[in-house]
Amino acid sequence: MPPDAIRLHEFPGGVHPPEHKSESSETPIAALPLPELLSLPLTARSGPTTPLVEVGETVRKGQLIAEGKGAISVHLHAPTSGTVEGIRELPLPHPSGLTGPCLLLRADGEETWEKLPPLDWRTEARQILLDRIQDAGIAGLGGASFPSHIKLAITAPVDTLIINAAECEPYITCDDRLMRERAAEIIEGTVIAKTVLGCERVILGIEDNKPAAIDAMREAIDTAEVTVEIAVVPTKYPSGGEKQLIQILTGQEVPSGKLPVDMGIVMQNVGTLYAIKRAIVDGEPLISRVVTVTGEAIDRPGNYEVLLGTPFSHLLEETGAGTYSQLIMGGPMMGFELEDPAMPVIKATNCLLAPAPGELPRQGVELPCIRCGACANVCPASLLPQQLYWFARAGEFDKAEEHRLMDCIECGACAYVCPSDIPLVHYYRYAKSEIRTRFLDRLKADHAKERFDARNQRLERLKQERKERHKKAQEARLKQARDKGELDEKKASIEAALKRVEAKKARQQDPASPAPGADKES
Amino acid sequence: MPLQSSPHTQDRMPVSRLMQWVLLATLPGALALFVFFGWGVLINLLLCAGFALAFEALILWLRDRPIKATLLDYSALVTAVLLGLSLPPLLPWWMTILGIGFAIVFAKHLFGGLGFNPFNPAMVGYVLLLISFPAQMTAWLPPQSLAANPASLWETLHFIFTGSGPAGETIEQIRAGLDGFTMATPLDHFKTNQGLGFRTEEILDSPVYGGLAGVGWQWVNLGFLAGGLLLAFKKIISWRISLAMLIGITVMAALLWGVDTDAFASPLLHLLSGATMLGAFFIATDPITAATTRKGRWIFGLGIGALTILIRTFGGYPDAVAFAVLLFNMAVPTIDYYTRPRVYGHQKSGHKKAGHKKFGEKS
Ligand code: SF4
Ligand code: SF4
Repeated sequence: MPPDAIRLHEFPGGVHPPEHKSESSETPIAALPLPELLSLPLTARSGPTTPLVEVGETVRKGQLIAEGKGAISVHLHAPTSGTVEGIRELPLPHPSGLTGPCLLLRADGEETWEKLPPLDWRTEARQILLDRIQDAGIAGLGGASFPSHIKLAITAPVDTLIINAAECEPYITCDDRLMRERAAEIIEGTVIAKTVLGCERVILGIEDNKPAAIDAMREAIDTAEVTVEIAVVPTKYPSGGEKQLIQILTGQEVPSGKLPVDMGIVMQNVGTLYAIKRAIVDGEPLISRVVTVTGEAIDRPGNYEVLLGTPFSHLLEETGAGTYSQLIMGGPMMGFELEDPAMPVIKATNCLLAPAPGELPRQGVELPCIRCGACANVCPASLLPQQLYWFARAGEFDKAEEHRLMDCIECGACAYVCPSDIPLVHYYRYAKSEIRTRFLDRLKADHAKERFDARNQRLERLKQERKERHKKAQEARLKQARDKGELDEKKASIEAALKRVEAKKARQQDPASPAPGADKES
Repeated sequence: MPLQSSPHTQDRMPVSRLMQWVLLATLPGALALFVFFGWGVLINLLLCAGFALAFEALILWLRDRPIKATLLDYSALVTAVLLGLSLPPLLPWWMTILGIGFAIVFAKHLFGGLGFNPFNPAMVGYVLLLISFPAQMTAWLPPQSLAANPASLWETLHFIFTGSGPAGETIEQIRAGLDGFTMATPLDHFKTNQGLGFRTEEILDSPVYGGLAGVGWQWVNLGFLAGGLLLAFKKIISWRISLAMLIGITVMAALLWGVDTDAFASPLLHLLSGATMLGAFFIATDPITAATTRKGRWIFGLGIGALTILIRTFGGYPDAVAFAVLLFNMAVPTIDYYTRPRVYGHQKSGHKKAGHKKFGEKS
């Protein structure tokens, strides 16, 4: 085994919010009683799915119930056996607050499985493994929910796989617990991912506040006799951000607008690697995940193995929730507030945070920016948050872009320290969505203009062709008349022909006059 | 309750607390001023504070803004204290009020209020008074220990509110030193005598100097330095600006002094005289009107320091911190623009437009 000799680098800025990890990290991952009714959103973050089952149909646990259709959508499987009760438009657990179709599944309590056949990753072809990862509906469990089969199917040369085990958000401990309890399986998933990627190097990036997990992982790595470099990184938020962890471990930055894979790096979260192992070795699709349920309002905080589709209210009931000030999916820095506890757990749910009133300071009155620069000092992307804020506020989106707004990772460090209590990230999200909308509008406008120009050209061409045709016909008739030598009738004939032509012209030109914007042809 | 956007937690020092710390940190320097220059210092502070709050409340009322919440951000009080500490002790009351009124109403609120003002309001008020009433504004008292007739509370009040002493004394009589001559501040004294062709050594022979720099003034500066270090240590002000300004002063003064020790004042005299420390830790560091980028703050501070020495030495006024700060306040947008840090994932620093691509543009 190589010594832990990775040279670590530092990223600028960052904050040290109170960790609040021990509340949930000291008890083993526990199962929850089966919820009666599960709700499975058919529009995941990554894209829509098409249901494959009928209302009233009985499904088995693990059965494919909806197929990913879009370029980056993932399959959905029944988390338990039961009956499809319907498909209803319900609010989705998403910061946008949108609604979407959800498949309602009434559990029958039988838990009859329908597994996929186990695969031996040592012998199977790469494509078979990739197909299985797709068939098992695996998406990144770190929060971004990007489909794993696409991330791993990359054909560009990859030399490093980074296991993201930093888990830098306060309160969240699901990866920590998973590593402590299931390190061997995570490592097996890692080896599978490494095989599929065909890369040389594997680095485990983990924050130094998880000594037990570090020990467990080290032991699993030694037992499995694989080469994984363990990089214990200092605890600092947001070291678990993809770009920041890459900077810490390699000293390199992901170029703006590019992806880590462009630098030969693929990053996977520990939960995802665990799911990959289950899918391939055990034939189990992704139907559950470990969720940290925590916050002072929770009587029995801890980590729970939760079926996808389980309503948050079920989690609250089963963990003995008291009065909470708000419900947050994710952590306090980047999570979002849930409007309705009836919303379900999805693949991206790593944490349900139910703080007691007063536990987390709520957004107060927004005061004017005093340009103190505290925000710039903590920004891990070296942006000037206060300037971005001025531009976003003033609607000067071009300036905001010029000041690299699009490189903001929305980590919230700036708003965390702002003495004027300005919801900075909120302004950035708004400005970013404006910039995206404008870009799309521009695209559409360009597109429409192209189509309009093409249509005009086409009409012009048709007109020319028609003219040509008429001229030819006229000439032909003249020639005919000349040939016949009927000179007397010639004049009359020409006149008649001209009249016909004119009449026809008038008939044809009228409906053909171009009407901008009314183009329905193309 | 509306849904709140992330983050859902914070660790911040609210604006009001920042301002309270600034007020607290002025205490050592203010105390030294009071000890050496008497009751006038206190009366100026009280006048400024009272009228700053009154003007602020009035303007907020006219602008239909929340009055109580804004008064409680303590920013008007900070402006009042900074101006109050800069005024000569026997300045007529109406000038003080004019200065603070101009600072709050014009320099602060006509630009949109706290956070929107490009110029430090206290310095705007100060400079307005200095330009309009140069005689009164440079009529500092001698330190009490050097004064022939230290002014009592009653005399001070009489001077401030009537313009003369209880027995009809003129301000010149009160300003007389033990030797009977009217006394000026160490910087003023230096400037005047330098103009008369005296050599540094001869000038420094005057009783206004003693110890490290000027009698009294050195303690005032050390007091502001102590308070300023507290603020820098608490990360309430940007230490970069303060340090840069002191370096700017030292380097520029040393350059001149190195050229001719006989004609110019030493860096130490500059560092511990006039508004140096007040400026470096309380005025140049006003975040609203200072540069915000790291590099920018260095430039800003160095520039103010260097310019202060140049104006002190070659300009028409004995002190120059206020002018230097205002001039650099004006340069802040430019400084900030050209000192943007290199953003993660970008090759070039922010101001080089070559690398700028619009969202969606192909690279
Ligand atoms: S931290 Fe807040 S008040 Fe300070 S500069 Fe940034 S946005 Fe302005
Ligand atoms: S949210 Fe954006 S601007 Fe604020 S600290 Fe994070 S990256 Fe910087």
